[in-house]
Amino acid sequence: MDLFEYQARDMFEAHGVPVLQGLIADTPAEVEAAAAKIGGVVVVKAQVKAGGRGKAGGVKVAKSPAEAKELSEKIFGLNIKDHIVKRVMVAQGASIAKEFYFSVLLDRSNRTFLSLCSVEGGMEIEQLAEERPEALAKVPVSATKGIDLAEALSIAKKGGFDDETAAKVAPVFVKLYDVFVKEDATLVEVNPLVLTTDGEIIALDGKVSLDDNAEFRHEREEMERDQLNPLEAKAKAMDLNYVKLDGEVGIIGNGAGLVMSTLDVVAYAGEKHGGVKPANFLDIGGGASAEVMAAGLDVILNDPQVKSVFVNVFGGITACDAVANGIVGALKTLGDKATKPLVVRLDGNNVLEGRYILEQDAHPLVTVVDTMDEAADKAAELANR
Amino acid sequence: MAIFLDENSRIIVQGMTGAEGMKHTRRMLLGGSNIVGGVNPRKAGEVVDVEGKHLPVFGTVAEAMKATGANVSVIFVPPAFAKAAMIEAIDAEIPLAVAITEGIPVHDSAVAWAYNVEKGLKTRLIGPNCPGIISPGKSNAGITPSDITGPGPIGLVSKSGTLTYQMMFELRDIGMSTAIGIGGDPVIGTTHIDALAAFEADPETKAIVLIGEIGGDSEEKAAAYIKAHVTKPVVAYVAGFTAPEGKTMGHAGAIVSGSAGTAQAKKEAFEAAGVKVGKTPSETAALMREVYKSL
Repeated sequence: MDLFEYQARDMFEAHGVPVLQGLIADTPAEVEAAAAKIGGVVVVKAQVKAGGRGKAGGVKVAKSPAEAKELSEKIFGLNIKDHIVKRVMVAQGASIAKEFYFSVLLDRSNRTFLSLCSVEGGMEIEQLAEERPEALAKVPVSATKGIDLAEALSIAKKGGFDDETAAKVAPVFVKLYDVFVKEDATLVEVNPLVLTTDGEIIALDGKVSLDDNAEFRHEREEMERDQLNPLEAKAKAMDLNYVKLDGEVGIIGNGAGLVMSTLDVVAYAGEKHGGVKPANFLDIGGGASAEVMAAGLDVILNDPQVKSVFVNVFGGITACDAVANGIVGALKTLGDKATKPLVVRLDGNNVLEGRYILEQDAHPLVTVVDTMDEAADKAAELANR
Repeated sequence: MAIFLDENSRIIVQGMTGAEGMKHTRRMLLGGSNIVGGVNPRKAGEVVDVEGKHLPVFGTVAEAMKATGANVSVIFVPPAFAKAAMIEAIDAEIPLAVAITEGIPVHDSAVAWAYNVEKGLKTRLIGPNCPGIISPGKSNAGITPSDITGPGPIGLVSKSGTLTYQMMFELRDIGMSTAIGIGGDPVIGTTHIDALAAFEADPETKAIVLIGEIGGDSEEKAAAYIKAHVTKPVVAYVAGFTAPEGKTMGHAGAIVSGSAGTAQAKKEAFEAAGVKVGKTPSETAALMREVYKSL
């Protein structure tokens, strides 16, 4: 999960990383009040999870609360790379002497953590990496040893900091590594990290991504989350692993790899059937009970784009007869709500029993097909009618 | 021969007495695996009867190894305790630890892996978030169904569990030396390359199927490795061509970030290395069948 800038700011503050005052506002009136509370020069910053906010007109400096209000009227509703601005952060203005870059992230390629550091900050890091790669230090960080003050100083030196500034930023690096570990982040980035004309180090803008797998050990206060598509929200409420896509063939399968593969096979089959595409990713996991199958079918059949459904199950741990019973039970539960044709492919454990159950049930919407490729073709054909 | 796991494997199960652990201990035993005990500090000293076998429960992996001569551990403990379980297995220097658990925080996996590296990689870690490893007819450590295919000359390495089963099923008339599911998490103990190197060295393996998916660069690295070091024929399959950018597709590691980790890039890397890539699992199996005929 990626955090909004204001969430990252609050998280930094909670871990003792120096930040400036920042208040969120959802209306121009709230912006004015926030600017008055902070006082002096403020910066109104669009809260969207997209880069290039400044260029898009989403970041404006205001000298008074009235000006902040006026400027924010143009920021609310802005479309920045398909993200509509609904919330801004009103941040205290800073007098910047120098801009730096620091991040720590999970380096999956090397199965370790990695710190990136440069005395040249401010520009997009991808741009810096491309134009001045020698100015960006990439320092592997041991997951067992972490970043202590000595290591932080060494990283700063490698990033091109002089001794005096390195001594100032190093303690901040240590605190940012604290954020990374204690919050179970996969990315903590500060760009820019600034030196103010008063000689202070401030994390002016931050990006944080958190590991969804670690949420069980964090009690986070109610946090603004990405707005889910209504079908995704419904699936999430039912604890289903679902991703909405733009297509006509609803997909249900077991196992992430097999479901991804099913989407691809349906997309290929669709090329012969009017270009129909998979409508979603839905992994019902190992234990495909009637309840889970019914919940999954319910989500998919509620997708108005869906014209046909492809149920693709390889019975590994789950036996195919249990899956077949799940489908029969789900269709019974859904009753008249089930209106779209289902193509079912079962293979593996107890496959003959599974197919027999579906044949006996002889539901008019259900077609049983032997192989994954043929089933994908059939589902695409039905979606193109 | 087979790789990493064979008829001499003596398996303990960390978390054997839990629901998942017990279910799969039973399945592994029925499939012919030599399970010699379990680990659960709260039930140390107990004996559990499973399918006519009396399995002792030990307090630690080290004790279990000493008493039973175990050389493989399969880890079924819940995510919150998986790091401790992996580190315990590494401390005991068990030669093979297979972490099945899904949903482990990536910081925990990264710490366990760093610890394993510091300790000199005495333990081969497979997973986490994987189906485990099976050498048909010899042993099965994990949750792969034992009866999909028999022994044969094909080695299989895959990020995905159900695609492993699917491919074993498609090629069941030829059979497999070893099928290894390396797992769909961002940080895993055994990579495609590790399995390729072992299959290359295994006289019983004549050809290799590699299954990858979106996310990370394991497939690209594997392609480069194949070009430089693998003489046996390799056929590949990559899942996730239709996956949108920035969405996690079931596996924690299955995500296209910007333009990195796409299925297309992986396919191109394999093809540039001279590896044939199937468009679908069945086409991949057909490619392997052709390779097998020409051996």
